[in-house]
Parts: sequence; C-alpha cells; structure tokens
Amino acid sequence: MRRILGFVFVLAVLLSLALSAAGAEPIKIGCNLEMTGGTAAYGQMAWEGLELIQELVKPEVLGRPVKLVVVDNKTDRVEAANATSRLIEKEKVVAIIGPMISGNMLAAGPIAEKYGIPIIGPSTTNPLTTQGKQYVFRACFIDPFQGTIAAKFAYNNLKARTAAIISDISQDYCVALGNFFAREFTRLGGKVVTTVYLRTGDQDFSAQLTAIKNSNPDLIYMPNYYQEIALAARQARDLGLKQPILSGDGADAPELIQIGGPAVEGLMHTAFWHEKAAVTELGKKYIEKYRAKYGKAPNAFGALAADSYLILLDAIKRANSVDPKKIRDAIEATSGLQVVTGPVTIENGDAIKPIVIRRVEKGEFQYLDIVQP
Amino acid sequence: MDLSTFIQQLLNGISLGGLYALIAIGYTMVYGILRLINFAHGDVFMLATYFAYYLVGIYMLPWWLGITLAVLLAALVGMSIDRVAYRPLRNAPRISALITAVGVSFLLENGGIVVLGARPKGFPRPEIMGKVYTLAGASIIGVSVWVPVLTLLILAALLFIVYRTKIGAAMRAVSTDMETTRLMGVDIDRVISFTFALGSALAAAGGIMWAFKFPQINPLMGILPGWKAFTAAVVGGIGNIIGAMLGGLVIGIVEIMIVAFLPWLSGYKDAFVFIILIAFLLFKPTGFLGEPLKEKV
Repeated sequence: MRRILGFVFVLAVLLSLALSAAGAEPIKIGCNLEMTGGTAAYGQMAWEGLELIQELVKPEVLGRPVKLVVVDNKTDRVEAANATSRLIEKEKVVAIIGPMISGNMLAAGPIAEKYGIPIIGPSTTNPLTTQGKQYVFRACFIDPFQGTIAAKFAYNNLKARTAAIISDISQDYCVALGNFFAREFTRLGGKVVTTVYLRTGDQDFSAQLTAIKNSNPDLIYMPNYYQEIALAARQARDLGLKQPILSGDGADAPELIQIGGPAVEGLMHTAFWHEKAAVTELGKKYIEKYRAKYGKAPNAFGALAADSYLILLDAIKRANSVDPKKIRDAIEATSGLQVVTGPVTIENGDAIKPIVIRRVEKGEFQYLDIVQP
Repeated sequence: MDLSTFIQQLLNGISLGGLYALIAIGYTMVYGILRLINFAHGDVFMLATYFAYYLVGIYMLPWWLGITLAVLLAALVGMSIDRVAYRPLRNAPRISALITAVGVSFLLENGGIVVLGARPKGFPRPEIMGKVYTLAGASIIGVSVWVPVLTLLILAALLFIVYRTKIGAAMRAVSTDMETTRLMGVDIDRVISFTFALGSALAAAGGIMWAFKFPQINPLMGILPGWKAFTAAVVGGIGNIIGAMLGGLVIGIVEIMIVAFLPWLSGYKDAFVFIILIAFLLFKPTGFLGEPLKEKV
C-alpha cells in the first residue's frame, strides 16, 4: 500500500511539473547590459528600472510569463557582440534589451540583424546604430538632434561665442556628439577654438585642459560618460578654469555628483528625461515606486530600459506571436504608446522624444527646460 | 605655445610622473629582491584606496589614523598574497610565479567587482591636498606638492632600511643568492614576507595619493597605473629604486608633452608610453640605471 501511494505521489509530481511547463513556458527577453566596466552605472541603473517595471506591469504576455535573462557586456565591444550571440543561440531569446551605449550597440546590432532578432538600445543615441538595420531600434532621441539643441542652448541661452570640446576618442557616441555640436555651433556663428581627446578609463586630463585654458573659450563642451566628465570637471576647476560646462545625456548618473562634488555644481546637460517632465500615469507611479524602493531620485537610464521593456511587451501583444519577424514589424508600428518617459512613437527604428535640459544645483539635477522635437 | 603654458604642462607632467614614481618604487623593490614581477602590485594599490575610503569616508576616522590603518592593512594583504600564492612556488621555475602573479591580479580585480561593486566611488580629499596654488599663471594642486616630498621621504626610509638595518642586509643577501642565504641560517620566508609587506605599503601610499589627485576609485583602477609604473621601473632599470623614480618622472612628462605638443594624438597617449616600454625592452632592457640581468625572467 505504502509503495503504491509513493508511486502515485511521484507520478502526480511529475505530471504537475510537465503540465506547468507546457502551459506556461516563459517568453525569454535578453538583457545585454553594461553591469561592469567603464559605464557600469548605466547597466546597473537599467537593471534597477527593469526590476521595478516588472513590479508595476505584470511580466506576462499572450498568457505566458516573461523572463528576463541578463548578460554583462563589461562595457566592451567584443563582449557586447558575444553576449548577443549567447543570448540568441544559447538562451533562445525572442528579443534583446540593451546595450546601453552606442559603441556596444554598433558591435551587437549587426549580430542581432544577422539572426533576425529585434534589439532595442534604451539609450544608444548614435544615429549609425539603427541606420540600414531592420532589427535594431532605440528608445531615445538621436545625437544630431541632441548636439543641435546643445549648440543652440550654448549660443542663445548661455551667450557663448567660443567653445572648447573635450571628447572621448574611444567612444563613437562622444566623438559624434562633439561633431554634431561643433557643426551647429559654427553654423550659428560661434567658433570651436580647441578640440582635444581623452580615452575611457583615463584619469589625468591636465594636459588637455591646459590646452583649453590656453585658448580661453566661453564654454567647455564635454560629450562624455559620467566618470570622465566628473574627473575632467574637477581637474578643470583645479587648473583654474571657470567656464560653464555643458554636457550630454551621459552625465545622468549619481556618480557624476558623488565624484565631481563642488566641481560639477552648475554643470548643465541635455538629458533624456527628468521626473518633473513625467506626463504619463505610469511614469508617475514609476517615480513614486523608485523612490520608495531605492531611496533616491530616479534616472533616465532605468526609465528608458523600462520603456524598452514596455515597447517589447506591447509589440509582442500586438503581433500576437513570438515570431521575431512579427515582433519587429510591431515595434516599428509603435505609435503613441504610454511608457514611463512619455508617449512614444517609433520611426525607422528611432524613438521620437523631447530633450530635457538640466543643471546641477546643490548636488542635485534640477530641471531647466524641455525642447520638443 | 608660450612659456607659461609650457611651465604649466611641465608641472602637470611632474605631478603625474611623481605619482608613477611613487608606485614604481614598490614595484621595483620587490623585483630587485625576489626577481619576481608582482603583477598584483596595482591591485594592492586599488585595495588600499578602498580601505582608506571605508575607514575615512564611511567610518569617519581622522585622516592620519585612516591612512595609517589602510597602509597597514595593505601590508597585511601583501604578506597574505605571498603566503598563499607565492610561497608554495618558491622552488618552482620563475615563470610559474610570474603566471601566479597574473592570476592573483585577476582574482583581486574580479573579486573586487563582486565584493565592492563595479560602480566607481568618489574619494574624499582633505583640504590640504585639494588646495590650489598659483605661481606665475601656472596652477598646481596641493597633492602634487606633497607627492614629491612623500616620495623623497619614502626613498630615504627605504635606503635606510635596505642598507643600514639587519633585515635590509638579509634582503640584499636574498637578492644575491637565496640558497646560500638559507644555508647561512637566515629565515628566508620571514625576509620575503617583510619585503612584500614593505612593497604593499608603498603601493598603498601611492594608491592613496593617486586617489587624492584623481578622486574616483573602482576595482579596476589599479591596472593602468600598475602598467605605467611597471614601464617606469623598466625605463629606470628594473630593480633599481632611484631608477624607478627617474623612470616615473620621464613617463609622466612624456605622457603630458605628447598631449601638449601633438593634441590630435591626445587620445593615444597610452600607446606612446607602451611604445617606450617595447623600445626599452628591445634595445636597452637594463634601462637607465639597471644592472645587466644574469638570467631572463
């Protein structure tokens, strides 16, 4: 009797396991994120945003649970490409969120394109990432727009007539954004008097900053990532440079203020988003929940990763299928979808979104202005 | 380029080179005595900054106490690395110890990412280190004034230890012939342990000064300064303490001057430093002041 009972029990367990597996096989979405390396803050903030949005919006679509699989790309192009192959071949994901930085997307995008798996970069602003690609998307604006707005802001609002640019030669994003800024600034009648370069991970910028000091510009433009901006700002102030510093979306990390300290007071930057610019219900809930969970001000990188997740879920729902080709077509047709940072529309792989301008005051990012596309 | 800009760039170079020199001294001392390139040097340098960060930034100890404890802790880490990783390989071929050193370095870097987190932390800076002095239009930051002073003090202390004390005599004996020294009844393991403690304390001093100048710490921060210090040690003649100082200054000034005179190459300054390393290894492996090697590592 006992043996029979035991047998029935084992059978029941096996059966239930088999049933639950068949009934709700999860849909896997890959996350190719910068969890370590030179831009670790972006990947980690994105992951915070993804964890949070799953609490707000049930991770379920087409009656199946959604499972996020994260792979660290170490802020490295080769690793970003490998992570993409691994997510597609081994994890069999239907779509990928990330990488966060343009250089990594330029390595990861072509691989996703080859396999025909949609990939969304939450914050990859370089125009080349989606150019000529069917499966590569972004959840943010592009750098020609950002550089133009930054130049106009520098020329019209800050009354700068000469500018110096210090940008990161090893990052496609930084070099291109610097060029877009320079083009518009020159078109407006301004002059870029010095352009110097650094590399991700460099710590000493005293020589570059001395060259800038020598040319005495009205403004210093730093289209870099937070770590280099913070160190360059500190060293600029140590060298006696008092000009205003203007920066891009890369500045949006708590590390900028923590490392930069008093040197980044007054730094201005073009940003993806600010909590004061939240217009959607979901955005307001996200901000409230973010503060409750992490005890700090929300950031754009987490919000954009959450946006990417929402765009994907919506696309899978409308496609009514997990076929990557159908998901891809549904993403491209996204129009007026209410996500965390506002309503989003996708055109040719690019999201159409406004730009926020912010300034660091008393150790916090403060909202200054918003520019619609 | 006018004169005041040139002076500013020279000052920039000296303050960077001074830091390389400080790190290179420890590197070269360990090599000079053990004939082991301790690739973990840069990672002990990193750990020391984290010790100081937690002791001073989080536990609010006064600076002098925090730094002293951080240096002592780093010395302890150095001794532990020797005990765990190098001592079992004392009689193995030299290449095994070298590979182990690379392994220890990777272990500390990636262990650091797991335990300390990959995101950088802002390092606090006492006022005296952050004060900016202006001289004839050229600015120099407090830490860059103190680094050479500290380096000279350390150099004097080191020369005293190596040439005027009993343990120093034992260290020199070990560097000449380890086996014979053992036969003479010297406790070799104790001498080597002391050497690592001293080397690691020097790395810690360098690391903390580095973090004062570049107030940002992360688990991979030791890699590049470590390589640069290694280059400085090679240029100066590896094993030679005065040479390491000279090499550090040369590397720092070259790095700055490349950016100053060839601004369009400013993104590639590290490449030039390593070209110098390769050139020295090919054409003058003994550096400025080194003695010819009897045996290749």
